[in-house]
Amino acid sequence: MKLEEFTSRFNKLPGAMPIWHGIVDVAQFRSLCEQVKHDGGKLVALWGSDESASGAGYALHVALVTAAGMLCLTLPVSAERPAYPDISDLFPGAGRMQRAVVDLLGLHATGADDQRKWLRHGSWPGNAHPLRKNFDGNSVSKTETDAYPFITVSGDGVHEIPVGPVHAGTIEPGHFRFSIIGDRVLRLEERLGYKHKGIEKRFESMTLEQGAKLAGRISGDSTVAYAWAYAQAVESVTATAPPPRALALRAVLLELERIHNHLGDLGYLGNDVALSFGFSQFWILKEDVLRLNGELFGHRYLMDRVVPGGVACDLDHRDIERMLQLFDHLEQEIRILKDIYDEHAGAQDRFLTTGRVTPDLAAQLGLTGLPGRASGQAWDMRAQFPCTPYDQLEVRMATHRNGDVAARVIVRFEEVMESLRLIRLILAELPAGALRATVTAAPEHALGIGWVEGWRGEILVALHTGKNNGIHRLHPHDPSWQNWPVLEHAIIGNIVPDFPLINKSFNLSYCGVDL
Amino acid sequence: MYQIIRQILKTGIKTETPPQPDHALRVDGQQLQEKILRHIGRALAIRHVDAGSCNGCELEIHALNNAYYNIEGLGIKFVASPRHADMLLVTGPVSRHMETALKRTYDAMPEPRLVVAVGDCGCTGGIFSSANSPGGENYASCGKISNVIPVDVAIPGCPPTPVALLQGILAAVSVSTKSENT
Repeated sequence: MKLEEFTSRFNKLPGAMPIWHGIVDVAQFRSLCEQVKHDGGKLVALWGSDESASGAGYALHVALVTAAGMLCLTLPVSAERPAYPDISDLFPGAGRMQRAVVDLLGLHATGADDQRKWLRHGSWPGNAHPLRKNFDGNSVSKTETDAYPFITVSGDGVHEIPVGPVHAGTIEPGHFRFSIIGDRVLRLEERLGYKHKGIEKRFESMTLEQGAKLAGRISGDSTVAYAWAYAQAVESVTATAPPPRALALRAVLLELERIHNHLGDLGYLGNDVALSFGFSQFWILKEDVLRLNGELFGHRYLMDRVVPGGVACDLDHRDIERMLQLFDHLEQEIRILKDIYDEHAGAQDRFLTTGRVTPDLAAQLGLTGLPGRASGQAWDMRAQFPCTPYDQLEVRMATHRNGDVAARVIVRFEEVMESLRLIRLILAELPAGALRATVTAAPEHALGIGWVEGWRGEILVALHTGKNNGIHRLHPHDPSWQNWPVLEHAIIGNIVPDFPLINKSFNLSYCGVDL
Repeated sequence: MYQIIRQILKTGIKTETPPQPDHALRVDGQQLQEKILRHIGRALAIRHVDAGSCNGCELEIHALNNAYYNIEGLGIKFVASPRHADMLLVTGPVSRHMETALKRTYDAMPEPRLVVAVGDCGCTGGIFSSANSPGGENYASCGKISNVIPVDVAIPGCPPTPVALLQGILAAVSVSTKSENT
């Protein structure tokens, strides 16, 4: 099948985003993936599902994106031979996703180089698969020894530094294995999965209504993005159209989330280069935003404000005035701080050329989201596939080509300023009307996909509905899946003390990928 | 340099008065060792461990270090090693993959040691635990923190605000009014 035929041969999913879904055979699956790669498209997510209840064995799903929008492919997989063709040769980021599908569902990618386990450590045996329907999620197996074979580097003077899972600061847990000579990093290997707490299995015991709260807690720093993506997925399967005012307010919330996260990162990036002044200043501004959130929306991080059908918050004239007032102050302060960062020789010396991912490497490895834009990967759904209200705002995408820490700092500065501009535009023409549409019960066996540009990058929520408005399978996907492996490349040749800085400049999610 | 100094002077002092300890957050049955607490006073070293949270509680723990809450101004410091710590501040639920790491961190601390459980999930297992599993356990999670290590103070919230965190941390290190009377 030619890629161009896909949109005419298969159905567009109802809802806000340009997403087509089709069931394909093995040859079409592989061929379409190859064509997407060839045309400069990318892989957004890969997940599996257990379809044995309907006598169909299993299914493997991939979400690909091209210039036209998203193509979601479903490949039926037989119960007797639970395997599908490897695509990690086309999309290197698929490697860990495929390994997670083995751990959780027992479907194998035929021909994949790396057959090691990924999310499974020692909490359940290798022959048990938590996302199979015959697996009891509340069962507790005996803990096994987690014998994970790291790749070792040998040679004169090479030694290893193991770091984690418990890190030195207030950070999520994960393990980093550095192979170094002197201070220089030859190789970094990440081991994640420490935070795996069975979120996907938990979803399967929930109704669509209950799932909204859990979706907002997949990665607490991206609660708005996940909640919106979840709401989009529910609205797609129930053919719900949220009122215009709700959509506008969702965008305000999403941009506030981007602002407070970027401000926090800009502070920490200063801190990591011994400019603690930057930390103090940016974290005052971040706290100002969080307090505004608390005051106007009732939650500092805006959890549970985006709900299926609309929003659970509102703004009146005084609130808007209050927000605009803070924005004037923020803008003025950020400009001063940007000048100070730009002119600070010590900070720039640490930022420039550090942790560089060239645009070529970024394209090859599929670097996405904010770090992708800092390495010339011009993808920002708010600009390319704008849903309401972004379709009326002409979002200016921030991109740079240097791909170093300095570029990721600049992109953050530009995106904060753009978010301030977008919120002002939205508030200037905030539509009147209802805040929430009624969400009817969803049909069984429906697929809905939500797709939102969060501050890290694109957040996807794939929802397969079950009986009685329940969830048959839900896969939330964080852009950190794609970006963690690229961090291993970004550190090569840098010195060990620059790792915290490089890591912070990516600021990837652990819980978002450990699930 | 001139610009930095000018900005610092313009910003002024943002630090607010800290809240009072909230003794209600103490866990019944976990009696603090009062005499030892008198020695620690408020010069407290905290080691944080994320045992499986959604990273929401971490955001508020970070906020404690901002100029408004200025936790270091109270003599309370986050340290890099459990060997240097008086208090373990744990967010959860405890994933089974973090169970060993959490126990080892706790074991590495010198005694006396305090444990503060942070957030609804740390206190009860929260939304990640099924209603059919009262302790909050499942195939991947040990549930609440007290299922894995003893807890002195539990601070609920999703996430708890920096003020609530301070109230809980201060409750753990201040001798309760009740015991002062005895």
